[in-house]
Amino acid sequence: MVERVYIFKRFERFWHWAQAALIMFLLLTGFEIHGTYGVFGFEKAVEYHTIAAWMLVGLWTFAVFWHFTTGEWKQYIPTTKRVTEMVRFYAFGIFKGESHPFKQTALSKHNPLQRLAYLGVLLVINPLIWTSGWFLLFFGSWASWGFPNLSLELVATAHVIGAFMILLFLIVHMYLTTTGHTPLAHIKAMITGWEEKH
Amino acid sequence: MLRTRSAIALLAGALLGAVLTVTNLAQATVAPLAKPSPTADHSKFKELQKQFKSGPEVTKACLSCHTEAAKQVHRTKHWTWEFINTEKNQKLGKKNVLNNFCISIPNNQQYCTNCHVGYGWKDKNFDFTSEENVDCLVCHDTTLSYVKQPGMAGHVVGEEMEFPKGSGKILKPIPLTKIAQSVGKTSRETCGTCHFFGGGGDGVKHGDMDSSLYAPEKDVDVHMAVDGLNFNCGTCHQTSSHDIPGSRYTPVGKDKGGMQVRGKNEGENPATCVACHDTKPHKAENSKHAVRLNIHAEKIACQTCHIPAFARGGVATKMSWDWSTAGKFDADGKPIVKKDDHGHTIYETRKGDFVVAENVKPEYYWFNGDITYTLLGDKIVKSDKPVGINMIGGSATDGKSMIWPFKVSRGKQPYDPENQTLIAPHTTGPKSGGGYWTNFDWDRAARQGMADADAPFSGKVDFVSTEMYWPIAHMVAPKDKSVGCAECHAKDGRLADIKGIYIPGRDANPLIDKTAWLLVLLTLLGVIGHAAIRIFASKKH
Repeated sequence: MVERVYIFKRFERFWHWAQAALIMFLLLTGFEIHGTYGVFGFEKAVEYHTIAAWMLVGLWTFAVFWHFTTGEWKQYIPTTKRVTEMVRFYAFGIFKGESHPFKQTALSKHNPLQRLAYLGVLLVINPLIWTSGWFLLFFGSWASWGFPNLSLELVATAHVIGAFMILLFLIVHMYLTTTGHTPLAHIKAMITGWEEKH
Repeated sequence: MLRTRSAIALLAGALLGAVLTVTNLAQATVAPLAKPSPTADHSKFKELQKQFKSGPEVTKACLSCHTEAAKQVHRTKHWTWEFINTEKNQKLGKKNVLNNFCISIPNNQQYCTNCHVGYGWKDKNFDFTSEENVDCLVCHDTTLSYVKQPGMAGHVVGEEMEFPKGSGKILKPIPLTKIAQSVGKTSRETCGTCHFFGGGGDGVKHGDMDSSLYAPEKDVDVHMAVDGLNFNCGTCHQTSSHDIPGSRYTPVGKDKGGMQVRGKNEGENPATCVACHDTKPHKAENSKHAVRLNIHAEKIACQTCHIPAFARGGVATKMSWDWSTAGKFDADGKPIVKKDDHGHTIYETRKGDFVVAENVKPEYYWFNGDITYTLLGDKIVKSDKPVGINMIGGSATDGKSMIWPFKVSRGKQPYDPENQTLIAPHTTGPKSGGGYWTNFDWDRAARQGMADADAPFSGKVDFVSTEMYWPIAHMVAPKDKSVGCAECHAKDGRLADIKGIYIPGRDANPLIDKTAWLLVLLTLLGVIGHAAIRIFASKKH
């Protein structure tokens, strides 16, 4: 019988999928606001984007609380240990049918590359997208916040750069979910919480 | 032409009046307290109990009680047709400016002054100090039967007369006594007789003012709608001392005064949107985007979103007038008149080619209220760029500008290529001694007009492209018909040419966008390649 490890707890799974849906919807509506294409029409796109943004704010409030009360935040402490092995695996080993150099456990669920990537998300993408997004949500309050001369172009451009980074992250992230022992193994784990050991 | 149109308008107005009277009577039986009428019934005044035979006679009677009225009128643009823009040091006003419709007043006074609030301005020697020549009735008539006779320098027909002399045409007098006894406040009919017909016909000049405003539906004008607020012109252009506010020579580009309150805002223009609606007009109970829209209102004039198109009442406006093609005759040597499918004239031998249009989307520009005119003596250069008959000031950064909607009337008109000035041609009048419309001779028309204007003329006539900017402020649509977000937040939207602001949906940093999409593409190719090698390798194993 295949050994199974419980990796992703119920809230964590909910958080992940809700966030995934919101981020994809925010990308969809966001690039419409940016003028890339038309789906909902500009007015509706802005309305939906705003609603989804506030939902993400709500979700994050719970997620931050959860990470600190459960200590799960430690999962994001970066390590440089075995990073080269990881890179080597994705660049060569994976084609030769080598097994994954990182063994997931409930206490260490992210491989070193993941840790680095998520740290990048936390330190670069999130501050960029949230700060610029927060300013855009309160476009009318800039003067009263002490930024009377802040340029909309600057804030909007920062927001767009953040959005592109998220899109790039999303593409790579979604592809890497297929690199488990079967293409759908990681996705199953993110749904059920259980990762099969091989 | 003006008379026929006025007559139709008057008839329409009379019908409307009749309907309203019936409605009022019906209401009166229900509500015992009738709306207070004026405290004076002019039909009881002994000064008016006589058979008036001319306009000035009536005016004299008016002035016997309203002793200061003529002096007040004398100080207004309605009388002087002159306005000094002290900031630009320009002498403006109808008397001095040119346009690209019928062009100019000199030597055409006899006809143009049909819309002067006076009697007898037939040439440049008119006495502007004359009190009895002030025309009270043209604004204060309530009977809708007061009609000025074109070609009579603003005079009315008080007695049966032959006009023009020797033509055999007999004109019937208008009922001056009845008109004098019925005077009252101004109305859209009195204002509209001239202002709806500016440029020589219904809706020609402004685009946002035409005869449809005599009795518009809500969709055409939410303020003047007969089934709505039913405003008169004077409701917004609130006047004291006969000096009507709302200048086209020095408009308010950005009204920072806020809603007008008694005791404050002394001397400020009461006809701006902000004067009633304030600077934060959008309320949360009316729109979920109220906050966002109020931010828009800091940079965008109300008119820009709330007047989605002008000439919406079924009356076409003249967008272009090309004088250079005038003077063509048919095979029999007769003048030509060409009409489009809607019956609008698009060519006339007298005038040249026209472009007319209804439901016109305005053009948008930053505008701070500054307008500079190209006056008769000003040097102009013929180039690919049209000469601005008037030029508007404004920018994203001067703190005084808003994005405004404009009708831009374009065309070609005569100019003197040697002196490099515009020409004020003599157009009107009978064949003997008359202008271009009867003689079709540009040299003669220019010579006569320029002589009357005391302006030099080289003897050469050429044509130059011109444009003229008319801020749009009337025909405010109901709020659900205002301009939607996506009409500007788009690549080729209404504000495509507006510079100095970042509009989401229109603007993007091209370098960032291109680089980022390239990265997205490379990443996609990367993962697809990686996946392909994985599949290929797994098959090999």
